[in-house]
Amino acid sequence: MLKYAIQINSSPCHAQAGDTAYRFICAALEAGHEVLRVFFYFDGVYHALRFSSPPEDELQITARWTELARKHALDLVVCVSAAQRRGLLTGNEAERLGKRDNDLAEGFRISGLGQLVEATLLADRFIVFGA
Amino acid sequence: MKRYLFVLRRPPYCGSRVQEMLDIVLTTAAFDQEVALLFVDDGVFQIKKQQQPLPYGMKDTAAIFAALAIYDIHHYYAEAESLQERGLKPGDLLLPVQELYRKEIAALQSGFDLVIGT
Repeated sequence: MLKYAIQINSSPCHAQAGDTAYRFICAALEAGHEVLRVFFYFDGVYHALRFSSPPEDELQITARWTELARKHALDLVVCVSAAQRRGLLTGNEAERLGKRDNDLAEGFRISGLGQLVEATLLADRFIVFGA
Repeated sequence: MKRYLFVLRRPPYCGSRVQEMLDIVLTTAAFDQEVALLFVDDGVFQIKKQQQPLPYGMKDTAAIFAALAIYDIHHYYAEAESLQERGLKPGDLLLPVQELYRKEIAALQSGFDLVIGT
């Protein structure tokens, strides 16, 4: 059994990498491996948008992450600085920045790059999805 | 401690890409890990001397590279073919890079615990 850390760098609508990562994570969990953390960076933060509303016959990407996190107690972390650059704010941050917003979907949490580095230190394998 | 090799292959001024990549590099170094940088493809332009982004309202990311020694980052590699294809010599660069040929890159990477590209 291995401990994996995963980084996702590309947006769900513009690249396949996030979907590939999702499938990899499901396969790893099914095979009995541990996924320590999934870190969303660069345009990968768009996976965590609470109000993403794709048509019903398309992949419900954000909802799928929420469900996976609930089922496996996955730690889904969105980088705070990457998120703020792109306007993805939680209630607390929005208030601190003088804005009104609450964009983070259920199952995700916001934190800093230290969480990424910590995950790479603890993991046996670290895999980056998306350029 | 783990050994990290970051592979930088994008040109500068790709939106906030270079800044966001550097943030990972700096955070890793702040965790007292061993960090080295490898520049390939258009990534070699990231450390070209005489960049002048400020008149265009852009952030001077080259200045951050020049300050990496403060974070105890001292190992820089550049792919020789990438430099040659772009008419660059090591003297055109802000950092003292060790030039490696493409056929030597795999051996370099095998000396690190993590190889992280962007």
